[in-house]
Amino acid sequence: MSMMQQITLGQYLPGKSVVHRLDPRTKLLMAFGFIMVLFIITAGWVEYGILGLAALLIIYTAKLPLGMVLRGLRPILIILSLTIVLHIFSTRTGTLLFRLWFLEVYSGGVNQGFLLAARLVLLVLSTSVLTLTTSPIALTDAIEFVLKPFKRIGLPAHELAMMMTIALRFIPTLIEEAERIMKAQLARGADFESGGLIKRAKSLLPLLVPLFISAFRRADELAMAMEARCYRGGDGRTKFKVLRYTKLDFYAWTCFVAVSALAFYVSYAL
Amino acid sequence: MPIKLEQVDFVYAGGSPFERAALKGINLSFLDGEFVGIIGQTGSGKSTLVQMLNGLLKPTRGTVTVNGLVTTAKGVKLKSLRQEVGLVFQFAEYQLFAETVAADVAFGPENQGVPASEIAERVDQALLNVGLPLEIKERSPFELSGGQMRRVAIAGVLAMNPKVLILDEPTAGLDPRGRDEILSRIRELHRQRGITVILVSHSMEDVARLVDRLVVIHGGQIVYDATPREVFAHGSSLKTYGLGVPQATEVLGLLKAKGWAVPEVALTLDEARQAIVRAYQLRRELA
Repeated sequence: MSMMQQITLGQYLPGKSVVHRLDPRTKLLMAFGFIMVLFIITAGWVEYGILGLAALLIIYTAKLPLGMVLRGLRPILIILSLTIVLHIFSTRTGTLLFRLWFLEVYSGGVNQGFLLAARLVLLVLSTSVLTLTTSPIALTDAIEFVLKPFKRIGLPAHELAMMMTIALRFIPTLIEEAERIMKAQLARGADFESGGLIKRAKSLLPLLVPLFISAFRRADELAMAMEARCYRGGDGRTKFKVLRYTKLDFYAWTCFVAVSALAFYVSYAL
Repeated sequence: MPIKLEQVDFVYAGGSPFERAALKGINLSFLDGEFVGIIGQTGSGKSTLVQMLNGLLKPTRGTVTVNGLVTTAKGVKLKSLRQEVGLVFQFAEYQLFAETVAADVAFGPENQGVPASEIAERVDQALLNVGLPLEIKERSPFELSGGQMRRVAIAGVLAMNPKVLILDEPTAGLDPRGRDEILSRIRELHRQRGITVILVSHSMEDVARLVDRLVVIHGGQIVYDATPREVFAHGSSLKTYGLGVPQATEVLGLLKAKGWAVPEVALTLDEARQAIVRAYQLRRELA
């Protein structure tokens, strides 16, 4: 399939699993909580093992294909390898493992490098699971809820959420549009691939100009349609889809607290 | 520029959960100088089919051969193929980008490497062919009306002098007058230059009036490929495909059900009128 359709944002994978059915607020706050716990507990293999096991269990119950989850790690591959390499060569604790010319590798460095890498992996996993199991729209609802308390200090929570919803809504539309215009210009003999940098940038004009014009037109039309339906911001606005906590959320939070407590116990009491 | 499709399948987003077969086992060929209509419901695969014909989409299975070239073959020059097979997309006015109408129409021939002197000539010719006055050449395409923009976009493809012209719903969203004018221009072009025209349409009246051959596509498969007269004789099954018959045929059908001696199909209102007058006279004589 064409390259455009492979660009997905927040790559939501629709499903009906327990994790999918959780309230988005629960999932958002839990992902936050998970990251907090990850940073508060002391770095150790047992601690990370507990959290990692929990993460795997969640992925399993959400029926997410493991390959797809791991693919989410691809963008941080460079950071991961850099973390490991830098720690291996710069931390000088533990026993000297071997010496390579002027580089000395200590056991502490290897341990530290891999621990930090594990922390990064867990960090990304928790957010991937969140975006894979929560539709972007539900996620924005949750973000609006979380941001609400900051309204007092002037944060336009509803407007921000509405902007995000609209942006998310229009990403596929614009991708489709871009693809259509691209094909139309290809049909007229346009060449987007060959030539030097300047020629290639110039060759994008026949794609970008119509795309921008149509984006502005759509924005205009949308504003008009919203006004025609009396949209006037978030004040006094009720929701069509009201978020409701269910028993599931209660069980989920119980599990979350139990796992965190265990991790803290291992980390500080032992 | 004969075009031949053999056992063509096309699958969107293959291998992902969103996989969808758009075309299934299509066998079809277009000969030189034909005027072919393609009709089908929204989502039936019409647009996918026409994009196969100039190599914008390549079949998942099967082969598309354009003038002896197989589009899926390695190292095939799709760019030159696209210059011979002009494709006007749906809502083509959204592809306009240049500062002036002339510059936009010239985009295609420029990409073809046509010399500048000839480009100016081709631009004028193309604008005249779609019935636009040459005064608008220096205006911005974005100042024009929707119908004029559509014509500029069609002129942009005509300026490439394609041997095959494919139009994907060229009249969608236009007023009746604009629609009739564009269609009659296309018919003229077909007659004068003898180019092959493939017209994708939602309007049964338009295809009945214009085309020599009609292809009906449903669920990614070809269900009819015959003359309009033969196709529209299958009114009831066309309805199950979410299509219909021209109003002229519809009226004759109603009369026939009441026992009038009229033929089953009329492609134009004129034809229907004559048939009804004849049947009326026959009834008078019998009475």
